Amino acid sequence: MREIIEISNGDITAEKDKVLMNQGISLKDELPEKVITLLGKAMDIFITFSHPVGIISDISISEFDTVYKGEGLNEKDTPVDEIFRKADNLALFAVTIGEKVSKKIDELFKKNEFAVGSMLDSTASAGADKAADIVENHFFNLLLNNNEITPSTGILRYSPGYCGWHISGQKKLFEFIHPEEIGITLLDSFLMKPLKSVSGVIVAGKKEIHNFEDSYPFCSQCKTHSCRERIRALFIENSPNNRQGRT
Amino acid sequence: MDLLKEIFEHLQHGDDEKVTALTKNALEEKISPKEILDKGLIAGMNIIGEKYKAHEIFLPDVLLAAKAMHAGMDLLKPLFIQEGIPTIGKVIIGSVHGDLHDIGKNLVGIMLKGAGFEVIDLGNNVPPEKFIETAQQVNAAVIGMSALLTTTMPVMKRVVDLLKEKGLSARIKIIIGGAPVSEEFAQEIGADAYGYDSVNAVETVKKLIREDR
Repeated sequence: MREIIEISNGDITAEKDKVLMNQGISLKDELPEKVITLLGKAMDIFITFSHPVGIISDISISEFDTVYKGEGLNEKDTPVDEIFRKADNLALFAVTIGEKVSKKIDELFKKNEFAVGSMLDSTASAGADKAADIVENHFFNLLLNNNEITPSTGILRYSPGYCGWHISGQKKLFEFIHPEEIGITLLDSFLMKPLKSVSGVIVAGKKEIHNFEDSYPFCSQCKTHSCRERIRALFIENSPNNRQGRT
Repeated sequence: MDLLKEIFEHLQHGDDEKVTALTKNALEEKISPKEILDKGLIAGMNIIGEKYKAHEIFLPDVLLAAKAMHAGMDLLKPLFIQEGIPTIGKVIIGSVHGDLHDIGKNLVGIMLKGAGFEVIDLGNNVPPEKFIETAQQVNAAVIGMSALLTTTMPVMKRVVDLLKEKGLSARIKIIIGGAPVSEEFAQEIGADAYGYDSVNAVETVKKLIREDR
């Protein structure tokens, strides 16, 4: 299976709390009217200028082993290294919201519209994540249609540049799925262009395989520890990450 | 309320139109551009910086105030050039070669301008030589570099080394920042300072310049 997934702009409008979190604002805070106005403006621009599209390809554990090893720069022990070997199914993916939003952000900053530009950047980051969620859901549905999902299945995605998987892993990932076909290119620094793009591996297997402790040496340098929330969500009924809870 | 106080207040509310109008009025009233800058615009931005640091306001509040600051500055800048009034210092900023991330670096630039620095923004994907050449050309006091990728962090060291090779490290200070960058990394590569966010970067640049004098 290798597939290009066209995504509707309307489907990647991120939740307000995620956008605001990128701005360092919690929904628990009392939001001033001007912040609400800025958020609305940024959301409107985002819908107008985003062009989300994704690509996904299944991959065997042995093939992914080569992709994962990449340029040999990964940390010695990583959660991904342990998780993917226990997977039932794996898929590589890349997704982007396109270049136009990034250009619009630049343009706003040049016009001194810093607040709208910054809010649009936060909206775009959250939107790119949402597009990745859609690709992840797509993989879940493919497996569901093939009767490969059980009540104990948990699906999560992992990306180069995080959790000890060196960002240079992008090179082999790109060689395998060729995201150039949907307009994503890789720079020498392994940065994806357009900037608002996400790539990685989607791992489907028993929920327990994803349950790792954030006690690896590199975890101390992580500023978000967002893995905790993602793992926790797998085990909570009716959470977005617990697809069994929704089906 | 006097005009400078009004500029100071409206800047904090992010009212760029009002700040533009008041700055024009102040100039018509023959208030010196330097006084408008120091007692109106910079004073207002200083309060904004302090409030943001104390978590009393949000990032959008800071950026709206910065827009108002720029609106006022647009009127004052030609007069400074005309009268040959120096800024408190020139700072070169840019995202290092291989890195296209702009936002963090832009925020630092906005806050530095708000504090009264002249900022020369080289953009993103900036080669090491370009930082040094520009700093020499404009006689900058500080180079600020940003990296959002672990793969581009080594470029920061190349700039530090290049500056040393050219014998300029005593005159031009280097501050670095970005998500994967740390105080330890700054020390390891021999940078003069690390800024963990835009407000801290401004404080640190001010400190670097004070130490240099």
